[in-house]
Amino acid sequence: MLPFPVLAPALPEIILVVGALCLVLLGAIQGDGARRAIQTLSVGLLIVVLGLVHLSGGKQGVGFEGAFIADGFAQLMKVFTLIASIATLLMSFQWLERERVERYEYSLLVLLATLGMMMMISANDLIALYIGLELQSLALYVVAAIHRDNSKATEAGLKYFVLGALSSGMLLYGASLIYGFAGTTSFSGIAAVVKGGAPLGVVIGLVFLLAGMAFKISAVPFHMWTPDVYEGAPTPVAAFFSAGPKMAAMAMFVRVVITAFPAIAPQWQQIVIFISIASMALGAFAAIGQTNIKRLLAYSSIANMGYALVGLAAGTPEGVQGVITYMAIYLVTTLGSFGCVLLMRRDGQAVETIGDLAGLSRTRPWLAFSLAAMMFSLAGIPPLAGFWAKFYVFGAAINAKLFALAIIGVVTSVVGAYYYLRIVKLMYFDEPKPAFDRGDASVNGVVIVCTIFVALLSIAPAALFNAAAAAARSLF
Amino acid sequence: MYQAIVFLPLIGFLIAGLFGRLIGARPSEIVTTSFLAVSAVLSWVAFFTFDAPGGMMRIQIAQWMQAGDLVVDWAFRIDRLTLVMLVVVNTVSALVHVYSIGYMHEDPSRPRFFAYLSLFTFAMLTLVTSDNLVQMFFGWEGVGLASYLLIGFWYEKKSARDAAMKAFIVNRVGDFGFALGIFLVFVLFGSVAFDAIFPRVGELQQATFRFIGFEWNALTLACLLLFMGAMGKSAQFLLHTWLPDAMEGPTPVSALIHAATMVTAGVFMVARLSPIFEWSPTALSVVVIIGAITAFFAATVGLVQNDIKRVIAYSTCSQLGYMFVALGVGAYSAGIFHLFTHAFFKALLFLGSGSVIHAMHHEQDMRKMGGLRKYIPFTAAMMTIGTLALTGFPFTAGYFSKDAIIETAFASHRFGAATAFVLLVVAAGMTSFYSWRLYFMTFEGAPRWAGGGHGHDHHHADAHAVHGDEHAHHGHDDHGHDHKPHESPQTMLIPLGLLAIGALLAGFVFKDGFIGERFDAFWAGALYIAKDNHILHEMHEVPGWVKLSPFVMMVAGFLVAYWFYMLRPELPKRLAESQPLLYRFLLNKWYFDELYDVLFVRPARWLGTFLWKKGDGAVIDGLGPDGVSARVIDVTNRVVRLQTGYVYHYAFAMLLGVAALVTWSMFGGAH
Repeated sequence: MLPFPVLAPALPEIILVVGALCLVLLGAIQGDGARRAIQTLSVGLLIVVLGLVHLSGGKQGVGFEGAFIADGFAQLMKVFTLIASIATLLMSFQWLERERVERYEYSLLVLLATLGMMMMISANDLIALYIGLELQSLALYVVAAIHRDNSKATEAGLKYFVLGALSSGMLLYGASLIYGFAGTTSFSGIAAVVKGGAPLGVVIGLVFLLAGMAFKISAVPFHMWTPDVYEGAPTPVAAFFSAGPKMAAMAMFVRVVITAFPAIAPQWQQIVIFISIASMALGAFAAIGQTNIKRLLAYSSIANMGYALVGLAAGTPEGVQGVITYMAIYLVTTLGSFGCVLLMRRDGQAVETIGDLAGLSRTRPWLAFSLAAMMFSLAGIPPLAGFWAKFYVFGAAINAKLFALAIIGVVTSVVGAYYYLRIVKLMYFDEPKPAFDRGDASVNGVVIVCTIFVALLSIAPAALFNAAAAAARSLF
Repeated sequence: MYQAIVFLPLIGFLIAGLFGRLIGARPSEIVTTSFLAVSAVLSWVAFFTFDAPGGMMRIQIAQWMQAGDLVVDWAFRIDRLTLVMLVVVNTVSALVHVYSIGYMHEDPSRPRFFAYLSLFTFAMLTLVTSDNLVQMFFGWEGVGLASYLLIGFWYEKKSARDAAMKAFIVNRVGDFGFALGIFLVFVLFGSVAFDAIFPRVGELQQATFRFIGFEWNALTLACLLLFMGAMGKSAQFLLHTWLPDAMEGPTPVSALIHAATMVTAGVFMVARLSPIFEWSPTALSVVVIIGAITAFFAATVGLVQNDIKRVIAYSTCSQLGYMFVALGVGAYSAGIFHLFTHAFFKALLFLGSGSVIHAMHHEQDMRKMGGLRKYIPFTAAMMTIGTLALTGFPFTAGYFSKDAIIETAFASHRFGAATAFVLLVVAAGMTSFYSWRLYFMTFEGAPRWAGGGHGHDHHHADAHAVHGDEHAHHGHDDHGHDHKPHESPQTMLIPLGLLAIGALLAGFVFKDGFIGERFDAFWAGALYIAKDNHILHEMHEVPGWVKLSPFVMMVAGFLVAYWFYMLRPELPKRLAESQPLLYRFLLNKWYFDELYDVLFVRPARWLGTFLWKKGDGAVIDGLGPDGVSARVIDVTNRVVRLQTGYVYHYAFAMLLGVAALVTWSMFGGAH
């Protein structure tokens, strides 16, 4: 008889799954009538889980015979992920109601996706990793197509599903190659096997595995779904896509290469450098040509993943620390930016082109101010938070002697600054268009909180940086 | 006491400049004027009670900077030369402050005006009290700045802005030389402090220095460079073009800055540096020649000008030339003496002309004046005194100082001094002519202004085009030209009276000290006189006809002017018509502005346009920002086209990516 699995490290996840299943039952019985209750309870459940994760204090713990790990890194990344889920849920409800796509399943799918993300973050084994990834992806496929009467949204959902399936296939193929050559699926086991030099099969398996994960963080050349899905899916969904799943996938990426393949760092470093440069460059150049703000933010997120990978390319604790810092600041700015996009509503219709922002500073000065703060931060203008984010990842790259990478990063961020600053210019110097409608309180609230956080992180990035340092240490 | 003299104007400037709007115009006027009055009184007290051992006193204020060997202090060097300048600057400045209360009473920006006046005074005081070259340069630039601000005081007028720019830029040429001179002095002596430089000049008599490919005598080169600064500031020949245009500023400014004080800074500088100049006969010859040419040239131009202020401006230019001749022949005290007396009578003439302009509702064209003596008798009397002093009528101030200069020019054996003597004597005649011409055209004869009963307005439209904008600016011309000219208020007349006393008596009272028997006791070593320099003795031994020549020229000038403008008023016009070339040559100031336009302004503009359009626009922008952004757009367009929207394209891209990465991992990279 198998021993009873150690469950304690996974307590937040277990509570989340139990709660989610209860809410599924509630929805199944009550139908759409219980939508509001389910929404409220979902947010409440996520807050409870967030509290539990926070209270766990980042204690090292392994469960399910080594398949599940709880450590400082997992704790911090889960906190970020849960915050992203809570914020996007809060921003979604009223917007979806207005667009007549309100369904109780939406909250449940987000809950399940969040569960998948948490499992990805804590996965310490290829099987566990795959289960978490698929749980998250399946939920996201449905969420992407939730606006099923809209052809664009359905197209986006379908594209995401097809390409996601392809990427899952690659990842699974890579995982099986690694298992075939290493004889184990656990990260620590793989690390022990490749210590004395990896067989070619493991390296090829690693390439496939990285390709599958790169799809999830939408890194070039596995990024092509991103602009289409962001544009086609309802805006709150795009906001969700750009925040939580990116955070979880990046955490998984970091954990795999750092804990399972530390011995063959030169191999994966090259791949990371390649997709990092490709992402930064493509994100910077392609965004310039966009007129739709959601597509623009899609390319922005592609570029941002490239910058985060610069830290990972360094492969040092300092680099991982940079990645965590970068992702946290990216989370705040992307949530704030999407919040502003959600507030772009004129005469009851959501508008999405960049030109609609013209003269915003005169019709909605505070909204313009918040969005300008986000854009300046994304552009990396000192002393805003985004500057520190870039500063730390580039600093890590330079300390790891990756000068070319750092220089390319700086150059592409100059190119990228153009389209961020163009939005600021539109808002502050162009002739105003008619004012937007009054925004939802919850969205306004998220935007305000994000703006405050950008300000705080601009003034005192040290607290975040120190937390990231502690989290990074737990991986090495 | 000296601190108070120098810093009171600064405090006045700060109060009026920073809080002028807050406290209003009248308090600003009172504060600046009363501070200046205190400074002026203290200056006179200092002038009469000064009794420092060795004739020199040094007052350290602070250390300014220290960089390697370069140590620059804020310090006052108080000796007789400084005291003379303090008296001149503060007296004229205080009187001009008082005068301005009346003259500017309708201007809305009076706090600014008085702040600038006080700023100017402070800068001028730091210049004359400086203990080293760098502090002098600070004051030098400070007065340049104040001059720029005050010339362009009515900045709504394009002509005023242009004149301000011109003054600043032309002075820059001179200041460049001055700065190079300071550098050279530092290279030679390792110090910029006068105390360290002066005793060591003799050691370097034979030193040489390589500059622009030639081997120069180092002292000569330093003196010439420093003199270049003096030429710019004192509007000497070749760098004189800014001074007539500077008359665009308010008339009190012309009196203070462009007659009595700032333009004499060059004279002061050469006198202060007499211990250096005295060792370089070559440089002194240049000073003589430039001074004599200026004196002659400016006088010829002054003959035909019609703007009352421009006549006096050229006269100032000419008189500055006299001063430089005196300096050049080694009679530094005679130059300073003329500076001293000139300040009184030239400020008097300027303020008097300001009173005339005020009476004529801002009309400056003498062709539209005439017969004003009946209406403004006090001003006319004051102008008469000023004219007498300027032309050197016996026992007025100018008589003593100007005749002394002409005598020293004759007595000197310096290269160029003989020519200078001839030029100065001729210039004295012309000075007399244009001064009396000014007087007759303005105060005597038949009135030529509208409402004066006569219709002599054949330049009327032309003159209005020139001065129209000034009318427009002041806007207080509502009573027009129909009313009779009126005498100015007391605040303007009292300064005239005080200056008139100076113009009459300054020469007689102080001649013994400046250039006479009490020379040694008075100067007490403030001016350096080489052992073989006996010019002040020789000047008393010149032949009688030399002593008489300026007087003869003065009388001749007066008679010609009387004949031309009182007895036969149609003569000047006929003369001008019979000699059109000469007349136009003089009227257009020897075509210097046109010459400089061709030589410097247009090539500079061409070069600027070339660098802007071709250099910056085509090359730097084309290859830099514009080129880069165009390439970025190209890349963007290509990248965007990759995003076709077809799933199989996307899947293909993914597979291609994986294939590339696998290939790279297998064959390239880290293996």
